[in-house]
Amino acid sequence: MKWSDAHITDVLVIGAGLAGERVAIEAAQEGHQVTILSLVPPRRSHSTAAQGGMQASLGNVAMGYGDNPDIHFEDTVKGSDWGCDQEVARMFVELAPVAVRQMSYWGVPWSRVAPGKRTLPDGVEVEELQEKAGLIAQRQFGGTAKWRTCFAADGTGHVLQYAMDSVVVKLGVAVHDRTEAISLIHDGERCCGAVAVSLRDGTLRPYLAKATVIATGGYGRIYGASTNAVINEGTGMAIALDTGAVPLGNMEAVQFHPTGIVPANILVTEGCRGDGGYLLDKNLHRFMPDYEPVKKEVASRDVVSRWMVHHMRRGFGVDSPYGPHLWLDIRHLGEEHICTNLREVHTICENFLGIDCVSALIPVRPTQHYSMGGVRTNKHGHAYHLAGLFAAGEAACWDLHGLNRLGGNSLAETIVAGMVVGERVTAFVREHPLHFSFSLVAEAVRVQQARLDDLRSRSRGSEDVYQLRKAMEETLLEKVGIFRTGEALGEALLTLTELYRRSQNLRLRSSGLGPNPELFAALRLPGMLRLALCIVHGALARTESRGSHYREDFPHRDDENWLKRTLAYWPEGAEAPRLEYEDVKITELPPGDRGYGGMPISGD
Amino acid sequence: MADRLLTLEIFRYNPLTPNIPPRMQAYQLRETPGMSLFIALNQLREEQDPSLMFDFVCRAAVCGSCAMLINGRPNLACKTLTQDLPDKITLMPLPVFRLVGDLSVDTGVWFRDLSLRTESWIHTDKTFEAQGLEERMDNPTALSIYEAERCIECGCCIAACATANMRADFMGAAFLNRIARFLIDPRDERPAAQVFEVVGTDEGVFGCIGLMACDDLCPMEIPLQGQLAFVRRKMALAGLWGK
Ligand SMILES: Cc1cc2nc3c(=O)[nH]c(=O)nc-3n(C[C@H](O)[C@H](O)[C@H](O)COP(=O)(O)OP(=O)(O)OC[C@H]3O[C@@H](n4cnc5c(N)ncnc54)[C@H](O)[C@@H]3O)c2cc1C
Ligand code: FES
Repeated sequence: MKWSDAHITDVLVIGAGLAGERVAIEAAQEGHQVTILSLVPPRRSHSTAAQGGMQASLGNVAMGYGDNPDIHFEDTVKGSDWGCDQEVARMFVELAPVAVRQMSYWGVPWSRVAPGKRTLPDGVEVEELQEKAGLIAQRQFGGTAKWRTCFAADGTGHVLQYAMDSVVVKLGVAVHDRTEAISLIHDGERCCGAVAVSLRDGTLRPYLAKATVIATGGYGRIYGASTNAVINEGTGMAIALDTGAVPLGNMEAVQFHPTGIVPANILVTEGCRGDGGYLLDKNLHRFMPDYEPVKKEVASRDVVSRWMVHHMRRGFGVDSPYGPHLWLDIRHLGEEHICTNLREVHTICENFLGIDCVSALIPVRPTQHYSMGGVRTNKHGHAYHLAGLFAAGEAACWDLHGLNRLGGNSLAETIVAGMVVGERVTAFVREHPLHFSFSLVAEAVRVQQARLDDLRSRSRGSEDVYQLRKAMEETLLEKVGIFRTGEALGEALLTLTELYRRSQNLRLRSSGLGPNPELFAALRLPGMLRLALCIVHGALARTESRGSHYREDFPHRDDENWLKRTLAYWPEGAEAPRLEYEDVKITELPPGDRGYGGMPISGD
Repeated sequence: MADRLLTLEIFRYNPLTPNIPPRMQAYQLRETPGMSLFIALNQLREEQDPSLMFDFVCRAAVCGSCAMLINGRPNLACKTLTQDLPDKITLMPLPVFRLVGDLSVDTGVWFRDLSLRTESWIHTDKTFEAQGLEERMDNPTALSIYEAERCIECGCCIAACATANMRADFMGAAFLNRIARFLIDPRDERPAAQVFEVVGTDEGVFGCIGLMACDDLCPMEIPLQGQLAFVRRKMALAGLWGK
């Protein structure tokens, strides 16, 4: 390695989605030098794809009057099935309104309250008051007592990311896009940056920093069917796990969104149901009121997804060449509403299903969507056991979501966490000078260079990266899904362990030179398999049902034994994670009934 | 239709192996129902040629990563279904932008530069009050800002633009649309003259020769022609047109 290639900065942010950019802004505003790494230009990050909205208890609309942080707090804790950290949730609900308003100040064209009377799809008449005219409008999302989700027409994530990036551009923060962090540089106690590979030419470069932040989003693509962007491969979590020092929290908590379209697995937003859409079965019967008389289609996602699969297992699914599905019906919302507030849904249906959802039903089924688990941090976003390493956003387990996240709470989390963690990063950088040893950096680069050289030499190995990857995706999809059993999880564990072994033996079919996609896929695969193994081991060990983690063989929530967070460590050279547990912090709201999702749901 | 044998002719060039010159390479592929170019290209990569370079991110036509010339016309590959194309499909990288390799081009750097040149952020003397209410705005104004903000920076309008293909510094429809977005926004306090300093040049509105390919091709269906007219009108009102 040439030392002239090294890039030195105060703060290294890995990830240019909403969370990463918000951290970067906080540090840059305080005058620190910040460098952001990203697989893609920031505005193409996955945050851009969020359609639905961002929760904050503004109480601006008729169905949200009287809302406040306390009610948002209660919804979030219930949504998490009491798995979240209540101190974090409290901080979050208090700051979410500030975050929404600051984004408005930075240019987000939030949809606004138009005063007057209107009739909701279920016949209820509401009046938006004159005194609220022009304030930020809010819609309903699942699992909430009040309408609280702020939105910008049909493209909330897009406008948030563009406004956030405009501030990054204004502040002159350096963004190195098409650059992938592939390992952290650390000595077991202190992190001092990362080794990254350029996706433009396949060369390596060390980045040295006083503080390093992982904001790399979710890992959805390790599942065979996911609503996530194709770049969501979890590499940020994987490199944290690889340190051996930093644990991943609650990796078994995987969210399935009720409405991925079939067969493309593209998401149509929860706003469809929030705005009054129905779920129908093959007899065009609206079945959710049968299971959830109060919340109906807008119970939390884990609950709705479970009832949907349950209903299909009972034989009420619509048969298709791609397996059974159900229908989402938004026709009664009317063309005008669909073509403004749900326009993206309309376009997706047109482009990927060839249907007009103003008059046609949308084929949907629950699809992998979100990772509650991630790099375990304290409430300030500092990773466990490694000074100078922070995490924020979907890549982190802060832990706002426990075993199930509420819709609209993720966009809000990315920005609120960006503010909170950004402040801590700034303080850390102020107090800690750059500190690294030459030999440590040289060794970190050497190890990664050896991996690249080995793959490019094609002198050993026999395994095909795409075949192994497909096997991993299918195993998770079939055996580590919405309904879990000890037996299926055990099988998945054996298969994934075997795949992990084989992934040490990859052989490229192409040269691996330049920006070679096969080489990059080969670099990622072992880390992805380690994440998969953390999910399976965690799920097998958690002998209860809580939030998105539902064990048919242990169908009850077990507060006595499992009011706990799983911590998965990966010891060097191991084939399985070491699991430890910590108590969940209950500060305000003791465990109780969620008010929806009565258990057990029998599997068939 | 569904079991057609498709021929994809794809532009190949890896800048890191310059001894292998740019070329068109043909691949054959069995069409499946509902196949998009996202599915087709990934299948080619996984089964036939793992070195094939192209960019997809959202694969849902919202992130702007996958624009390319599809039988000569710029469009998003992820939302292009093979059933709408003939048996023979030619794929080329977008012109104007720097080539990364094969079908992959560097739109990110280009668009960041556009943001810098147009100073695409809200300019205001107000400070943010964390404890106050948000500033009010009427919903139609919010929606019209949103309409311009829907641009996903895919580069189709630039690739289709005759002027942009001839002059490297011409910023094209994405640029004018961006100007319109900030002109509409009451939060941006820039005086019109300051905005028009950037627009009223040959790199800006005067460079446009009115072919309007951009308007036909925008995958987001942003009314680019309307936005151009809006910017011109605003300039006339400010007495700056042709100055
Ligand atoms: C289709 C869809 C719709 C959604 N809708 C909503 C919604 O309406 N409301 C809501 O609250 N939530 C929604 N979510 C969830 C929410 O959008 C995400 O959780 C959130 O945007 C994640 O933001 P992030 O900043 O953590 O990560 P991301 O936006 O995913 O950004 C990750 C960044 O990290 C970079 N990166 C990744 N790995 C590396 C690496 N190894 N090296 C360098 N860079 C790397 C990427 O390039 C990217 O810039 C939705 C999710 C999906 C899938
Ligand atoms: S992949 Fe995002 S627009 Fe095509």
